[in-house]
Amino acid sequence: MEKSWLNRVAILAPYAWLVAFFLAPFLVVVKISLSQTAIAQPPYLPVFDPAAGWEGLREFFAALSPDSYVSIAGDSLYLWSYLKSLMVATFSTLILLVLGYPVAYALARAPRRLQGVLVLLVVLPFWTSFLIRVYAWINILQHDGLLNQALIALRILDAPVSWLATDSAVYIGIVYSYFPFMVLPLYAALEKMDETLLEAASDLGCPPWRAFLTVTVPLSVPGILAGSLLCFIPIMGEFVIPDLLGSSSTAMIGQTLWLEFFGNRDWPVASALAVVLLVILLTPILIYRQREARVLESMPGKVETGFPSGIATKKEQRA
Amino acid sequence: MTTRGRFSLVNLTALTLGLAFLYLPIAILVINSFNDSRLVTVWGGWSLRWYRALMNDEAMLEAASVSFRVAFLSATAATVLGTLAALALARVARFRGRLLFSGMIYAPLVMPEVITGLSLLLLFVAVAIDRGFWTIVIAHTTLTLCFVAVVVQARLVTFDRSLEEAALDLGCPPLRTFLTVTLPLIWPAVASGWMLAFALSLDDLVLASFVTGPGATTLPIRIYSEVRLGVKPEINAVCTIMIAVVASVLVAASLMTKRRQTRAAAALGARL
Repeated sequence: MEKSWLNRVAILAPYAWLVAFFLAPFLVVVKISLSQTAIAQPPYLPVFDPAAGWEGLREFFAALSPDSYVSIAGDSLYLWSYLKSLMVATFSTLILLVLGYPVAYALARAPRRLQGVLVLLVVLPFWTSFLIRVYAWINILQHDGLLNQALIALRILDAPVSWLATDSAVYIGIVYSYFPFMVLPLYAALEKMDETLLEAASDLGCPPWRAFLTVTVPLSVPGILAGSLLCFIPIMGEFVIPDLLGSSSTAMIGQTLWLEFFGNRDWPVASALAVVLLVILLTPILIYRQREARVLESMPGKVETGFPSGIATKKEQRA
Repeated sequence: MTTRGRFSLVNLTALTLGLAFLYLPIAILVINSFNDSRLVTVWGGWSLRWYRALMNDEAMLEAASVSFRVAFLSATAATVLGTLAALALARVARFRGRLLFSGMIYAPLVMPEVITGLSLLLLFVAVAIDRGFWTIVIAHTTLTLCFVAVVVQARLVTFDRSLEEAALDLGCPPLRTFLTVTLPLIWPAVASGWMLAFALSLDDLVLASFVTGPGATTLPIRIYSEVRLGVKPEINAVCTIMIAVVASVLVAASLMTKRRQTRAAAALGARL
């Protein structure tokens, strides 16, 4: 089947699509990030005009300038946005790791016949709308919402606290939305673990907590790395969650980019912001691509078997 | 297997809390959608009034219809392209530009949506394509075909290739082999890929906001513009309906694929 025309179609059709609608757009972004803002339609200069021939091409390149990058570097607003995104992404990934690990561990230790259903339950919210899940938290976090009511009823608080439009709300929203992305790679790594290793450790007199730290955690490093990257990278560019739950005082870079584009209609600066964000994310994306891209394969396949597909295969082999 | 046998209290607590964390907000939202009171925080008794209000909300219904059409078209296109991409990745070990190809399949899965959305919009502007319904379809196809490719590829690498080889050895042309042997075997993955693409498209706000044009308002765009102004009981009702639609499609699909799998297995005499 190696050389059939079917294979050629299988390569060419998606390849052409992705080059046209994924790769080419980035080149356009780079080009526009080097353009100038203009009050025109489209709102940037120079506009590439193939009819002008070589002379036009020369003028086109001469008109490109790094102004947008200069203004990004010179304005602390943008710098703070990047820093804020970096901070939120780092901390929420850490929180996700701390909260997700026990759940993934418990999943991996749950009785075999229940594991399928439990994994399904963790993945299920992933299928319901992202926007709905964030919106659900507005219901809870608003001033007279359920969280305040509950905390007052429990006498933890005397008076309602403003949760919305704070960083805490952003963290809650992010941790909630990305929870399955952290739990599943961790689960996949922990489930694979050979438990006789723990038995050996305990037979040799190692206390459980130490066995956990010296055996379980090191063996789950691929899962930790995959889950962290899977969360960190998209959180860096997150727009919806900080926009709906956060305050406007310090915007994350996704919000700043959005505002530059839709609010100020400064397309070159918005493009330059995107290019810089992409450069920042390039390293984590490459690590993710190289090391643990396959963990993703286990995510949505669960509809067919009730198990993430990679895991199902392993179980079949074992059976 | 001593540790596997007992499921400790700590594990049980972690699992219970984890699942409660995931489901409680959704449950509260669903319950609130039946709240008769306009104030979301005051319980006014069970009622369907927000659902009735929704039925009269022309803009919301129009947005829902746009969303469903976009999701159907883009999921279908993405399933065709994504299945082809999966075949290429799983079956053709070497071809020119394979690294770039697999990079383009995996990158959109984690790429922040603001970057993908902005770049697609700028492309559409640069080549002067009118923005609207079809540009959203293109954007969603691009994103979701990568998810389909990953799901189908995972299936392709696990199944028994000897069936395909047998068909080819017996002189069955490649396309026919694909349609009569390969496709039935990977069908559950293709179907779940389509549903995933459909759900993702129905859900997307950021890409659609960038590439939309006049007259093409999707449901998330509509919901988003309402939500920015605060909690509204009608939005709770819309969200509940969307959750119900996705949940019932998922349940139906998992029942259907299970039956299909057994039938395909019986027909081919293969153990899946």
